[in-house]
Amino acid sequence: MQDAGPESPVSVLEARISLKYDYSAGQSASRFLRAIERGKLLGQRCPVDGRVYFPSRGSCPQHAVTFGDEVVELSDKGTIVTYSIVRVPSANIPLALPYIAANVLLDGADTILMHVLDAKPDQVHMGMRVQAVWKPRAEWTTSTANIMFFRAIDEPDADYESYKEHI
Amino acid sequence: MRAVAVVGFSQSPSLRREPDRNEVEILIPVLQSLREQTGVSGADCDFICSGSSDYLAGQPFAFVSGLDAVGAWPPVSESHVEMDGAWALYEAWVKIQTGEAETALVYGFSKSSMGDLPITMALQLDPYSVMPLWPDAISIAGLQARHCLEAGLMTHRDMASVAVRDRAHAKDNPNAQLKGDWTVDEILSEAFLVNPLRRSDCAPISDGASAILLAAADRAGQICDRPAWIRGIEHICEPMELGVRDLGRSRSVEIAAEKAGVASDKIDVAELSAPFTHQSLLVEKALGLAGDTLVNPSGGALAGNPLMAVGLSRIGECASRIFSGAADRAVAHATSGPCLQQNLVCVLEGE
Amino acid sequence: MRPANETNDPALTALKALTASHTLEYTYKRSLGPVLSRFFTGLRARKFLGLRRPDGSVIVPPKEYDPDSGQSLDEWVEVSDQGVVRSWSWVSQPRPQQPFDHPFAYALIQLDGADTPFIHVVDVPGEANMKSGMRVKARWAEETTGVITDFVFVPA
Repeated sequence: MQDAGPESPVSVLEARISLKYDYSAGQSASRFLRAIERGKLLGQRCPVDGRVYFPSRGSCPQHAVTFGDEVVELSDKGTIVTYSIVRVPSANIPLALPYIAANVLLDGADTILMHVLDAKPDQVHMGMRVQAVWKPRAEWTTSTANIMFFRAIDEPDADYESYKEHI
Repeated sequence: MRAVAVVGFSQSPSLRREPDRNEVEILIPVLQSLREQTGVSGADCDFICSGSSDYLAGQPFAFVSGLDAVGAWPPVSESHVEMDGAWALYEAWVKIQTGEAETALVYGFSKSSMGDLPITMALQLDPYSVMPLWPDAISIAGLQARHCLEAGLMTHRDMASVAVRDRAHAKDNPNAQLKGDWTVDEILSEAFLVNPLRRSDCAPISDGASAILLAAADRAGQICDRPAWIRGIEHICEPMELGVRDLGRSRSVEIAAEKAGVASDKIDVAELSAPFTHQSLLVEKALGLAGDTLVNPSGGALAGNPLMAVGLSRIGECASRIFSGAADRAVAHATSGPCLQQNLVCVLEGE
Repeated sequence: MRPANETNDPALTALKALTASHTLEYTYKRSLGPVLSRFFTGLRARKFLGLRRPDGSVIVPPKEYDPDSGQSLDEWVEVSDQGVVRSWSWVSQPRPQQPFDHPFAYALIQLDGADTPFIHVVDVPGEANMKSGMRVKARWAEETTGVITDFVFVPA
């Protein structure tokens, strides 16, 4: 609690909460994470409308059906569909300020991967083609952090029509 | 008042832990089963309401992901309570009373196994003068149990008899977690877990989910051959401070039971959410049950206690027995807060 | 991440899930407001303060509003730092967050001058030393700062 001295009343309680949890990733996320440990990006397809979800939580949030065990292996190349220029530092983002927070539509996926882009603010634009830059293979674990960030690749921009539904 | 009925019920098995499934993966088969039972999917309902607790999940807004199990697109009318699903059912019942819905999907779920449940429950207590002492839920319940024992309201033998009865009943419940034949003497020979409570006096820690479909008037009859009509439902709360309450009597259950009309006719079956044997005795007394009521045929909370679903499942277990004709009139009880602080009583009837 | 080491019904699951431990920690600075401020300032001065309710009874710790009538309360009363154990539970295996490393009791304690008990802790060597009706007194921390853990109870 805070108080300026013995004469001033106690006016605040500092209450510290500390709770330990053992989380389970569940089946689908576990499969996804084991695959990313091997450098593979796995999506899953909704049996109702064929959309590919990446990452997959094991079920289609629109149709409430489980995906089962079938997976779709995705490229680590994609398109920037939208982005923000961020000027607030974050301990776990390995890029200098300002950095780009980007929504990446990986080739073959119908859902967005939120990640960061190693580029200057005046270079980034919607439709830009990018590819994942991975950590050294020896450092790979069961984590999406195996991909450090995305970088531009030398391909023509994707047509707006091809990603406008995913913004 | 509009006539509202429970027209479907399903639940996952109550397990000590579900290490391989997350909450959505547990919920999806429960909701699929309800859909198969009733022919109605969650997305078809006019209203969806769920009960869960972010503190059990260890994540803020954890309940939002539960909607993946329902399919919230196109957008649905939905709500959530940080309470047992029985209170989500109450909200859905109110929604139907207003005429804004004809059908409602209600579900409750949790994975208590992920954290240290008795300590997590300390967060329910007064944040200034109690919580910083981190009294676990069993110690808190023990304060009430000792009060009851020393006031001569019950004996350890009475408490052990509750556990024996419920776990024997649970043998017929494929979803129950603790089931079998114990004797009172076997239980009394257990060392205290937290004096004055033995391990068998306490509900187990359970992961699980359950779901109910509610429907109004004519719609109910279209979905279910023998709907379980909600004839009365009420929930009443006592103060948080144990010191200003009468721990030997559940005044809130008495009031809720009166308002729900428990006593107006014979009760065939009662399902109680009391997670401690002494609390079960207090609730039975407060409900005013006669000797011929079958209490906890499913085993109740002492046989399986998936928080946030356990109260909803008591309503569902009563409803199931009405659907089948095994019972005509039943009362279900749900509880929340330390030492039966807040209680919901629901009277169900078949025609 | 490490593989889960709990088994489950194989009919329900096909794949062992990964698990990860996480400690959720946060600190809230809660404003006490005028009533609790006075109570905790009293604790810092090693005094117990309560409020008189409309029926004449004294509630400790104080509440802003009477639990029965909802009336706001403003008649302060100092009560003793000694009182009676009304009920207790024995913690034989303390958890890390709890006040002691050794076994102890949680108890409902009614201080002399108060009409309602409140939850706190009693430090005694063993279960056999606890009994409802026993008298206890506050043992204050060397330095009190105005929190509920400024004291524990011991036999009087």
